Amino acid sequence: MNQRGPRLGEPASRWRMRIVPIASVMLASALPLMLPLVASSPVLPPLGLLFFLSWQLLRTEMWPVWIGLPLGLWDDLFSGAPIGTAVALWTAASIAIAYASQRIYWRGFFHDWAIGALLVAIIQAVAALLTHPHAATGRLLGLVAPQIVVSVLLVPLFLRLTGKFDNFRLKRR
Amino acid sequence: MVRPAHRRPGQSRKAQYSLFVAYVIAVTGAVAGLLLAVLSVVDPVGFAQLRVASHEVTAPIARASRSVIGSISGIDDAVSAYVGAGSQNRRLRKELAETRRQLVATSSLQEENRQLKALLKLQEADKTAIANGYLLTSTSTSSKRIALLSIGRNLGVAAGQPVRGADGLIGRVLGSGPSVSQVLLITDIDNIVPVRRARDGLPALAYGRGNGDLDIRTLNIANNPFKPGDILVTSGTGGLYPPNIPVAIVVRRQDDGALARPLADPAKVDAVSVLRPYTPENAEAQLAPPPDAVPEVPKAP
Repeated sequence: MNQRGPRLGEPASRWRMRIVPIASVMLASALPLMLPLVASSPVLPPLGLLFFLSWQLLRTEMWPVWIGLPLGLWDDLFSGAPIGTAVALWTAASIAIAYASQRIYWRGFFHDWAIGALLVAIIQAVAALLTHPHAATGRLLGLVAPQIVVSVLLVPLFLRLTGKFDNFRLKRR
Repeated sequence: MVRPAHRRPGQSRKAQYSLFVAYVIAVTGAVAGLLLAVLSVVDPVGFAQLRVASHEVTAPIARASRSVIGSISGIDDAVSAYVGAGSQNRRLRKELAETRRQLVATSSLQEENRQLKALLKLQEADKTAIANGYLLTSTSTSSKRIALLSIGRNLGVAAGQPVRGADGLIGRVLGSGPSVSQVLLITDIDNIVPVRRARDGLPALAYGRGNGDLDIRTLNIANNPFKPGDILVTSGTGGLYPPNIPVAIVVRRQDDGALARPLADPAKVDAVSVLRPYTPENAEAQLAPPPDAVPEVPKAP
C-alpha cells in the first residue's frame, strides 16, 4: 500500500487548519503597509478586522475568545492607531460574537452581515475617538464614515473569501 | 446557514473551567489593552520603537511593490478631482491671473531683497538637508496619517526632524528605525504647524483635518482676514520647522479661519528631504551638531 498517498477518511493537515485563519488575518492587517499608497484619508477598509470578524462569524468555535489579544496587537502595530486599541476592541468583538451566537441559534447570511457591519462600524468609530481624544467628535465620525460605509458593503465579500479559505483549510490531501 | 455553537460545556468540569478561564483572559486582556491605548496616546514616544520595528519587516515588500507598481497617487484625490473639475477650472483661471499680477510685483521685490541682503551680508541659515529619501507607503486604514520614509538612522534621521518635498512641507519624523522612519504628515489631526501668510506675515496655526486638508486659524479671533489663494509658509515659531517653507494655499474661508490645501501632496511627491530641526543653535551656527532634545510643536493657545 502506498503510504505517501492520501488515505481514505484522513483529516486535513492539523497545521494548515490552525495556520490558515491566523495567517490570513495577519497578512490582511499588514497588507496596507506593503502597498505603495500614500493615503490622505482613511481610504482602505480595515482588511484585518474584516477577516477577523468573518472567521468568527463562520467558525464561532474555532478560536478561543481571547484570540483578539495577539491578533489585535499585531494589527495595532500596522494600523497607526495607538497600541492597545485593537487589542481591546477586537476582544470585545469576539465576546459580542460569542454572545450573539448563543442568542441567535440559527444564524443566516443577513444575521452575519448585520453583526459584522455593526461591529465594524462601532470598532472603527471608537478607534478614531481613542486615537484623537482632543478632536471634535462630529468631525472624527465624519472622517471615518465613508470608510465604514465601504467596509459594511464589503462584509459579504469577505464572508465569501473566508469561506474559500475555509474550504482550503479543511481540504483533504 | 451557520451551525449553532456548542458553547455549553456540559457536565465536564475541565471543559467548564477552560471556557471560564478563556473569558477571564479575554476580559482582563481587553481592559489591559484599553489602558495601553490610553497610555500610548499620552506617551506616543514610548511605543514608537515597537511600531518602527514592525515596519522594518514590511518595508522590503513596500520597496519592492513600489518599484514594480510605482506610487499610487491618492485614489480619493483622483475621484474628488474628477467631481470638482468644472469649478476647479474656473478657480484656477482666476488664480492664474492673480498670480501673474503678483509675479510682477514679486520680481521687483526680489531684486530689492537681493541688493539689501548683499548690503547686510546676511548669513543664510543652514538649509541643507540631512538626507533625502522617498515616501514608501502610509497607514491607510486608520484615522492616523503616518507615512513610511525609506531612510532611517543609517542616514542620520531622528525623531523631531522636519520633512519637506520640493513643493512644501510634508511633516515631521515621529520615530526612526535602522533603515526606515515614520513621518507624521501635516494633515494628521494631531499635527499643528505654526505658519504665517507669505504676503504680509500674518501669524496663524495650521491644524490637520485628517482628510488631506488643513484648518487655518488666526491667533486673533476678531477678524477673518483670509482670502482664497493666500499662500502660507512656516513661521519658525516654536522652533521645529525652519521658517519660509511653503505649507498650504487657502481654498475658502470658514467661520473660524480658513480651509487650506497643502502645497506638497504626499501622495505625489517623489523625493523628500529631512531637514535639521529649527533651534537657535541650528539657526545661528551652520555646522552645529543636531541637538539631542528636540522641542515639541507648541499646542494651540
